[in-house]
This record gives sequence, structure tokens and C-alpha cells, in this order.
Amino acid sequence: MNATFKRVLKNGAVRFGLIILSVLFLIALAAPILGTVDPAWLDAVNMNQKPMAQVDWTGPDNQTAPRTLVMGTDSFGRDIYSRVIYGARVSLTVGVTVAIVSLIIGTFFGLMAGYFRRVDAILMRVMDGMMAIPGILLAIALVAAWGARLSTVIIAIAVPEIPRVTRLVRSLVLSIREEPYIEAAVSIGTPTWKILMKHVLPNSIAPMIVQGTYVCASAILLEAILSFLGLGLPSEIPTWGNIMAEARVVFSSAPHNMWFPGIFLGLTVLAVNVLGDGLRDTLDPKFNKRGGAR
Amino acid sequence: MNAAVSARPVLSVRNVTIALPQGADREHAVENISFDVNAGEILCLLGESGSGKSVISFSVMGLLPDNVRVASGEIWLGDVNLLALTPTQLREIRGDDVAMIFQEPMTALNPVMTCGDQLDELLAEHTELSASERKAKTLAMFEAVKLPEPERIFSSYPHQLSGGQRQRIMIAMALILEPKLLIADEPTTALDVTTQAEVLTLIKTLQRERGTAVLFITHDMGVVAEIADRVVVLQQGKQVEAGTKNQVLREPREAYTQMLIASVPGIEPPAERQTHAGSAVLAIKGLGKTYSSGGWLQKKRETVAARDVNLALHPGETVGIVGESGSGKSTVARCITRLIDPTTGEMMLGGTQLDTVHRDSLKLARKRIQIIFQDPYRSLDPRQRVGEAIIEGPLNFGVSREVAMARARELMNFVRLSPDVLSRYPNEFSGGQRQRISIARALALDPEVLICDEAVSALDVSVQAQVLKLLEEIQAKLNLAILFITHDLRVAAQICDRVIVMQKGLVVEEGATRDVFLAPQHAYTQRLLASAPGRGFEFHKAAA
Repeated sequence: MNATFKRVLKNGAVRFGLIILSVLFLIALAAPILGTVDPAWLDAVNMNQKPMAQVDWTGPDNQTAPRTLVMGTDSFGRDIYSRVIYGARVSLTVGVTVAIVSLIIGTFFGLMAGYFRRVDAILMRVMDGMMAIPGILLAIALVAAWGARLSTVIIAIAVPEIPRVTRLVRSLVLSIREEPYIEAAVSIGTPTWKILMKHVLPNSIAPMIVQGTYVCASAILLEAILSFLGLGLPSEIPTWGNIMAEARVVFSSAPHNMWFPGIFLGLTVLAVNVLGDGLRDTLDPKFNKRGGAR
Repeated sequence: MNAAVSARPVLSVRNVTIALPQGADREHAVENISFDVNAGEILCLLGESGSGKSVISFSVMGLLPDNVRVASGEIWLGDVNLLALTPTQLREIRGDDVAMIFQEPMTALNPVMTCGDQLDELLAEHTELSASERKAKTLAMFEAVKLPEPERIFSSYPHQLSGGQRQRIMIAMALILEPKLLIADEPTTALDVTTQAEVLTLIKTLQRERGTAVLFITHDMGVVAEIADRVVVLQQGKQVEAGTKNQVLREPREAYTQMLIASVPGIEPPAERQTHAGSAVLAIKGLGKTYSSGGWLQKKRETVAARDVNLALHPGETVGIVGESGSGKSTVARCITRLIDPTTGEMMLGGTQLDTVHRDSLKLARKRIQIIFQDPYRSLDPRQRVGEAIIEGPLNFGVSREVAMARARELMNFVRLSPDVLSRYPNEFSGGQRQRISIARALALDPEVLICDEAVSALDVSVQAQVLKLLEEIQAKLNLAILFITHDLRVAAQICDRVIVMQKGLVVEEGATRDVFLAPQHAYTQRLLASAPGRGFEFHKAAA
């Protein structure tokens, strides 16, 4: 295991992805101490300021002091730098939570469907049905029913991912359960649940991690899309998506409103995807480079 | 061609050393290999896994992976230095002058092209023949490799043919351009023994007729005895011995060759075999297994995998089930271990009705019957330490961890492995060591019956001899009943007290090993025995 870990960390793509993501996580965690103000605070005097503008800024404590607006302000006079930095919290939370939730539920279903033929017949038809529902439509319905909360957004994005994870895990289990070491476990009297937990699951974990990164990337994007469409979190809670939605109206006069959250969004998704590619190259035996001669 | 040119060897490999990339298990794949292959001659490269025999064939074809390169030496094809050619020139030589046959014909043929088209494409690429001439030539070639109904085969896809037929197509493809050199890399290893005998005869006949030089790569001493003119023996990338077939096989000079030859089990069963009477530990009556598919929407189809198998196994006895692929021998093993449920028949294990037990009593019955599988690389969970694998069974039956671990250490000694390696993962072990671990895992449950499903078939012959010896020792000590399933007649001859011969799901012959091997009654048994490669050589005696 340790050797695998070292081999994974040697991969350039994995390093690139991990470094960028760690920086983003640190930024999200340390948001309050990075010179930000309350992202919902508006200073009506300083609307539509350009990036790097030197202004007299009235903060939430009603004290006016000189301040450099690194990324400018939006059309309400809110500090875009603070909004983008705080927005990282939403994006990363959504991405990671959706990945974990859909992996756990999807893995459970996938193990059941792959190992038990009867469960397979019923469960996979249900999953086929779920695959037929467009993700955005489901999100619209859920947000309309339960209101725009972080948990609603996470559920709305995670649910359509579950069938995909289920299918992947099921296909892995289908091939693993034919391996002689599973038959050997059966013949030494290992109970089925133990076979699933001790033999099947550990041998399917690598492709699942890879799939998890792709789920994470698409969740971050989908959250931004929902926010952009006005279906995500309300604008008091900044997300890269809703910052860009508000920037759309003033894009010709103040394009920076769009650029900064856009760059952060692109960079995050890129880092997650590159990490996923690197993990796939190092963990998935199908993509192992041809080694020396046999 | 004048005499001077034809006297020159077709292929001349001179002091070739091939370097492996850094971090490989050794620096050179092969070192200082030198041999010649003359026209009309079959040279066998003989070696166990890891000997570097395939690397040599790849280097001749210019097909080495990018990170493996020829470090020194020369490879001459006639008067062309192959190592000095550009990739384009090499491509012209491949096919025209050198052709290759691989082990697995299914992966070497294009599955979406008909067999006829695949040969036609070759001819169109390399010759100036017209379409009708090409077809006539292809059909003649199919005739030459003794394929039935050449017209039908011409328009068949590879998956519609049997393994032996596919290998014949490969041979036809290799020989249709009349190459000077044919490289055959384990061409019969994936085939059944009767098919293997036919294909070997075919290669030999065609090679004699056409005067082709053949470089034949194999691990099988029996195949060498059948086909070789001269032999080069490789061990771990080094050339151990070279000479004519009779020199190497009958009077080997080097210790390694002697050991190899002594490891080949003789096909004549030893005379002394005790008979086992008394009550059988495992008794099987009328066992049958039918697979049915379809039913609701499709037409129902039934495949009979095994029918009416009877068997009695006594403590301390080894019974062999011998047969080719599709004979149903593995189906029987899997029914007995209840990995699959038999369709008909009765199985008694001691006093337990094995075919109907469920849940807790099935678990108890499983403990008494253990199975060892063929593929040592897949029969251990790659993510589980070998110690955990060995104690998993006892833990399932309520043995405490400490007791199970102490027993595992004993078992490791028993199978000749150090108990200190229990905390390692399977990938740190060789095939033979893994098979020992599998044996230890099975023995941890103190079974009464041990089923070996081709348990030594994937192992090198020297390792195979060691594992067989270990099994015999274990049997003597523990009075185990062993059901030994194999396609290898030599192995069966040496270790079985009785054998059952199966063909297409049916038992065609059974009896004491010596009776069956020396006086086979059924036509199929006779054919099977006649096909065993290297019958003329008694390897045991030659080495003694």
C-alpha cells in the first residue's frame, strides 16, 4: 500500500492537481483572515469599481478607510475579491460532499447489484429510470420544493450521479466475483458480507477513487450552472456561479465581474480532472504502461 | 541462388545482449546469445518463464517495447543486418522474409475481418497478384494447412472457428508469402493436446516441403522432442546449452538442463501403486450439470457440461480426472465444492449428503473439502496479506486469531516457505510460491478431501515437480484424499492411483492409472495418449 502511495505521488499530474487543490482548500479555510470583508456587505458609494482601484471604503463596521479593491466591486458595490474567496467554500464543499455521498450510496447499490443476481434485475432497472431524468430538471424540481439551501443543492446534484457510480461499481464487481480468489474465499467458508467487504471492495477501490474525482469536478460545474441559472444558493451566499450570473448583465462594461470567478472555477475543475487523470494512470491496471519484457 | 549464399544461415544471432529499463528485476533480458538457424531446420529456444526466450523473437522482428533495446551484438537475416534497418525497411522484411505465429490465435487475428480477407490483404500488400489469383492462392493455402471446406473458412470470421482452426489460419497467414524464416512463439501452448499434435505435425510437414527455417520458442520439453532439429536452452537470460535434439535431451551436459529434463514427469505410470479399499470419504453417483439459458423471451438453450459422473475417493488416495478443454472436468470439481450446484446426482461426503446441505451445514461441509485453483496469480487476493489469507478460513470457524496465526506459521514451514513472509502481499511471490500459499490456505481448515483443479498446469516444469512432490508428502502425512484434475497426461501418470478420462461431459474410461495408460480401451483415450508430445523420449531415464 505504501509503495502504491509513493508511486501515485511521483506522478506529475497527481502532483499538479494536489498542489492546486491544496492551495484552494487553504484559501477557502482561511477566507476570513485573507483581508476579506463580509461578502454580502455592500458599499453603495463604490459600485462597479475596476480591479486594483484605490478607494475610501466603508466597511461593515461603518468605518471608512482607504482600501485597494484587488478584483473591483460589482454593481451593488460588493467586494468581488471577498465574494470569490468565500465562493471557494461553496464550490469545494459541494464538489467533495457530492463525490463522497454519491460514491458511498452508489458503491452500496453497485455491490448489491453486482453480487446478487436478483437484486441486479430490479435495482438496475430503477437506476436506468434515474438515468433518464435530466440532472438540471431534477435540481429545478428539488430547489422549487425544498427551497434553495446548500443541502438541497448537494442532494440535487448527487442523486443523478448515483446511477453512474452504481454502474461502474457493478461492472467492477461482476468481473471481480469471477476471480478464483473469491471462489477460494467461498470454499473456506467466508460469509458473503465479509467477502464483499474484505475482497470485493478493496479490489474495486482504485477505479472508484478515479471516478470520484470526475464526479467531484462535474458537481462543481453543475453547482455553478445551477447558481448561474438562479436555482442555486441566494446571492447573500456568494458562489462562483451566482457571482457570474450577476456579472452577466454588466459584462460589456465590467467584464472583471465575470473573469475572476470564471478563472477560479476553471482552475478548480482543471485541477480536479488532472488529478483524476493522474490517479487513473497510476492506479488503474488497464492504463498501466507496458513494463519491461516478459 | 548460388551455393555460397544458401550455405549461409537464414538467421544468425551473434552475441546479442538486450538491456531492460532501469528498475527491472535484472539488468539484461538476455546476455550474449548466439545461434544460427539454417534453411530447412527447426531450432527450438527452450526455457522456463523469465528466461528471455520471447524477447529474442521480438528483437528479431523489431518488435521490442520502446524501453527495451539491443545493447550489443548483431542479428543477421541472410546478409541483411536487421539491427541497422529503418522501421520502414523492417516492415518490408516482416511478412516478406520473416513471419511470426503467436500463442493466442484469437488475439492475433482481426475479429471483424473474415479469414479469407485477412490473407487476401496480405497478398494485396506484398504481391502483384490479381484478385482471382489471390483467392486461388489463399484457398490453396487453406488446403495446405488442412482446413476443412476452404471455401467456407474463407468467408468465416475468426470467432466461428475452433482454436486449432484459428491456429491453422495463423500458420497459413505466416507461410503464404513463403518467408525464409518462421518464428513460432509458443504456438501450441493454448491448444488441447490432440490439436497440438496435429498442429505440430502440420508445421513440421510444411517446413520440410518449403525448406523454411523455423525458430520455435517453447517451454515444453515434449514439444521439443517432437519437433526440434537443434535446441538452445536458456536460463534467466543466459545461454546454458546448445546442440542437436538428441544431444541436449538424451545427454545433457549442463546441470540446469539435466534438472529440467529430470523434472518432466514420465508418461509411463510407476508400477507400485497401492489400492485403497474400505469406505469412501467422497462418493458421487450420477452427477450431472446442465446449463440452460434463455427461456422467457428467447428460445431455451441447454448445454450439458457433465453427465452421469460416478466417483469414489478414499482417504490417502489420488484420483485423476483427465480431459481436454470442454470435457467437463472442472465442472465436476466445482460441483463437488458446491461453487455451482449440480443439476442431478447424489454426493456423499462421509455421512453428509453434500448435494442438498444448506447454510450452516454447507459451511461445515465446505471446511472438509478444499480446492486449489490453476492460476497462482489470481487465486490469492492481491490486496490481502498472505497471513490474513491463510487464517481467514480458521477465523470463519471461530478459531482465535492467535491460534490461527500460530497454525499459519506451522503451515508455512510445512509448505517450505519462511513463516516470516506472512505479512507480505501476494505480488512479492513467484507462481510456485503462491501455489504453496494456496495449499497452506487450504490445509489450514484440516480438510479430508483436496481438489486440485489444474493446480500445477500454470507452473514451470521444475517448479511443478517441486509442488507435486509437496502434494505427495502432504498426502502421506495427513492421509488426504486428492482429486486431481488435469489435462496433462504425464502429471496424471505419475501421481494418480486411478484415473477417469472425460470427453464432452461424459466419462469414457476409468480404472487404475497403469491399466488405463498402458492398455487404453476407449478410442478417445488411445488418441489422447498418442497425442502426448515427446512420447518417444523417456525424460526421467535420459537424465538418470
